[in-house]
Amino acid sequence: MLDLAPDLTQAAGWMPIVFLVVMGLAMLAYVILDGYDLGVGVLMRRASDDDKDSMIASIGPFWDANETWLVLGVGIMLTVFPMAHGVILGALYLPVAFMLIGLTLRGVAFDFRVKARAAHKPLWNRLFYTGSLLASWSQGYMLGSLITGFASTWWVMLFNAVIGLALVAAYCLLGAGWLIIKSEGALQLHAVRWARASLLFTMAGVAAISIATPLVSPSIFAKWFSFPNIVLLIPIPAATAVLFAVIYRSLQRLPVRLAEGNEYGAWVPFGATVGVFLLAFYGLAYSLFPWLVIDRITIWQAATAPAAMGVILVGAAVVLPMIIGYTVFAYRVFWGKSAALTY
Amino acid sequence: MDGLDAFLLARIQFAANITFHILFPTISISLGWVLLFFKLRFVKTGQQHWMDAYQFWVKIFALTFALGVVSGITMSFQFGTNWPGYMEKVGNIAGPLLAYEVLTAFFLEATMLGVMLFARERVSERMHTIATLLVAGGTTLSAFWILALNSWMHTPAGFEMINGQAHVTSWLEVIFNPSFPYRFTHMMLASGLTVAFLVAGISAYRWLRDDKTAEVMASLKTGVYLAALLIPLQIIAGDLHGLNTLEHQPAKLAAMEGIWKTEKGAPAILFALPDEKAKENRYEIAIPKLASLYLTHSWDGEIKGLDQFEGKHPPVAPVFWAFRIMVGMGMLMLLVSWASAFQLAPWKKTAPTFPAPRGSLPPEVALRLRAGEARPAALAGKEVVPPQELKRWQLRMLVAMTFAGWIALIAGWYVTEIGRQPWLVTGVLTSAEAASQVPAPRIALTLALYLALYAALIVAYISVVFHLARHKKHADKPFGDGNTAGDTERELNVVNYPEKEGAANA
Ligand code: HDD
Ligand code: HEM
Ligand code: HEM
Repeated sequence: MLDLAPDLTQAAGWMPIVFLVVMGLAMLAYVILDGYDLGVGVLMRRASDDDKDSMIASIGPFWDANETWLVLGVGIMLTVFPMAHGVILGALYLPVAFMLIGLTLRGVAFDFRVKARAAHKPLWNRLFYTGSLLASWSQGYMLGSLITGFASTWWVMLFNAVIGLALVAAYCLLGAGWLIIKSEGALQLHAVRWARASLLFTMAGVAAISIATPLVSPSIFAKWFSFPNIVLLIPIPAATAVLFAVIYRSLQRLPVRLAEGNEYGAWVPFGATVGVFLLAFYGLAYSLFPWLVIDRITIWQAATAPAAMGVILVGAAVVLPMIIGYTVFAYRVFWGKSAALTY
Repeated sequence: MDGLDAFLLARIQFAANITFHILFPTISISLGWVLLFFKLRFVKTGQQHWMDAYQFWVKIFALTFALGVVSGITMSFQFGTNWPGYMEKVGNIAGPLLAYEVLTAFFLEATMLGVMLFARERVSERMHTIATLLVAGGTTLSAFWILALNSWMHTPAGFEMINGQAHVTSWLEVIFNPSFPYRFTHMMLASGLTVAFLVAGISAYRWLRDDKTAEVMASLKTGVYLAALLIPLQIIAGDLHGLNTLEHQPAKLAAMEGIWKTEKGAPAILFALPDEKAKENRYEIAIPKLASLYLTHSWDGEIKGLDQFEGKHPPVAPVFWAFRIMVGMGMLMLLVSWASAFQLAPWKKTAPTFPAPRGSLPPEVALRLRAGEARPAALAGKEVVPPQELKRWQLRMLVAMTFAGWIALIAGWYVTEIGRQPWLVTGVLTSAEAASQVPAPRIALTLALYLALYAALIVAYISVVFHLARHKKHADKPFGDGNTAGDTERELNVVNYPEKEGAANA
């Protein structure tokens, strides 16, 4: 793999790898963090009016900062890998536009639904739900395009659309897990039920993707199913299966415990789902590296001048710890069961 | 032909998106500082009406901020989708500036926003004030970085071209490029003015609807005084900005002034229809020699006309007109804000600050009020009328000017950005070179969707702002005064329901 790389002792060799890691982690942070609040948005359709308010209250203080990770990820792609940025966003032009429209609807509905005339509230609720769904699905579609190297045959598009659905299910699972932690009473029990349904869809989606990926992408197939890679990679699907089992069992037991007011294990579904995302991310990174556009553009071909990367790297090294610091602070301020939001 | 259409559509799309985006940050930048001011007044004086003002305006702030964030996220994809050639050529400069904006400003404001809006009961009063400060500072820092980049595109400095790519030689020169100090100052003042008129206009609207509380009066005064203070500064800054443009982008300036031929003693044109084909103005009304006077400080100074920039100057009519709209709004703002400020002026004070509404207050309460004490509970919900009232027509005038800042702001940006054409980065890269290859129908489709969405959202935004103004006669229920009525209300309120309060009062 590294045979494609230039001299790794040079800045032009190692810096792109560092930025690939930072960009990957920013995207991962985005998918997990905004994933739970998009998931809560999608689940809102199933909730009663009172529960809707509580659900929004559980994500209200966080969603804005969560989305900023997307800006960071895209920002790094734009600034460090400008050559790939144009190609990727050009190829993803429509799904990107749909995602942006979805995120816009969702983001503004947060505020409009409680500030506009009461009669309009159901409309904004519906837009909140639609926006969350559209954004989640578009993101899954883009993920599919990334895996298939932006091909545009009918099969590939179908594959992308299915990945879109799988990601919606996975976000719902994450969102339900979040609600189990942050809510109480009837809503919490609802969340357990939602998590169970989402889990089934997520597992079906993951299975479908695993079967279809080798069919649509021969290069990924070759990478995974050759010796010794396969031995090293087997732990990924194995661990994923274990985590799914853990979530399943926990969802079986939780209702009983929660009914007794025992919160023990309320973190398990969310935590284990995050684990699944980490594994999937690792598998994806393994499949793609060192390509940004499969078989066409490597990270080194796409990278900008080392001097510019150096300037950004210094800034990132200084500021990222601070960002993580005050993000932790904000989560601690809002620790525990979410309360009604008032200014 | 096909390529040209896609190019034109991409430009319209980018312009539409950024026009929509800029509306909201412009408000959040200065409204953040105004909120901090309200908060500090409350902390200092303990007067409840400052907190009431804070609580009213923080709702509008939250709404504005959300719109700024979602449209900003759209912006961050626009460079790649519409102008891929841009980053390939000047990415070494634009990249770090954009990255610093995300790293230093966006995360800070987005994270602290949650604390500022929702954590007042979870953190100390001081921490809450600090969070408010950080949000306001973060928005200002965003503007700093993005305006550094924008100004660099107008007046590039501190770089060299190697193999067709820009490489930085001095970051200080890149950031503090020749037009940056002017643009940043002018933009910050524009933000202040936009907010000043918004605050004054909405408060005047509430006053007209008989919401005559100390809170509304405090906001009204804040808005009017702020506007009256900033507008002269803005006119001076604008004049200096124009002189700087004359030096660095003479073609833009010639288009702004509508001067076709280089001449000595150029006139200041008040009205004209610039004719691009005949290269002259029709129906011109002008004051002789005035332009030379304010641009060169001599009656007979020479000004380069558009004939010097054949084929390399921007389209004249939009720049010419946008400039007149902006300056016209500036003059109107001067008139309205000074007239109102004069009417409200403190030296015209004849009676104590908050006399009782005719004979309805027991004397001890009135006395305590006069001593400037926090509003006693007996007063809660009652109206207090200060002596110096604006006349009804003056209030109506302020209401009409509520979004005046937006008009001047957009006009000003159109002068700047269209005036830079055909360049994207002056002298380095033209817009056509940077355009993407996305097929025209796709751009047309998304453009139509964006436009429909933006039109709906602007209508929703404006009507919700006025809706909040109509339904926010709140009977003091605020933090920290142990008011139990407030507590039950708070319990009912999930994410704060203004309409519930409205209904209760309706
Ligand atoms: C409330 C908003 C507002 C008001 C009242 C004014 N401006 Fe302005 N103007 C802006 C808001 C603005 C702006 C939107 O902020 C611009 C666009 C880009 C920039 O740097 O500032 C701008 C640009 C701009 C430019 C273009 C500079 C360039 O791109 O090279 C000039 C010459 C002026 N202004 C001059 C004036 C004058 C002489 C005014 C006197 C009344 C004035 N402006 C009022
Ligand atoms: C400060 C950050 C800004 C940056 C980096 C920026 C950058 C750009 C770019 C890349 C283009 C497209 C290329 C071109 O057609 O020249 C453009 C054009 C344009 N921008 Fe800006 N812009 C900024 C602010 C604004 C604002 C705030 C507005 C309006 C409110 C605005 C209005 C326009 C318009 C109208 C055009 C189209 C000009 C034309 O094509 O004739 N810009 N700008
Ligand atoms: C092409 C140029 C621009 C891009 C790519 C851009 C991008 C963004 C993004 C991604 C956000 C959301 C940040 C978050 O998640 O919190 C944002 C918000 C913001 N932008 Fe822009 N922006 C541009 C132009 C401008 C201009 C011209 C200004 C002002 C002078 C500005 C000032 C702000 C401010 C103050 C915010 C904070 C959010 C708010 O106040 O609503 N931006 N921008």
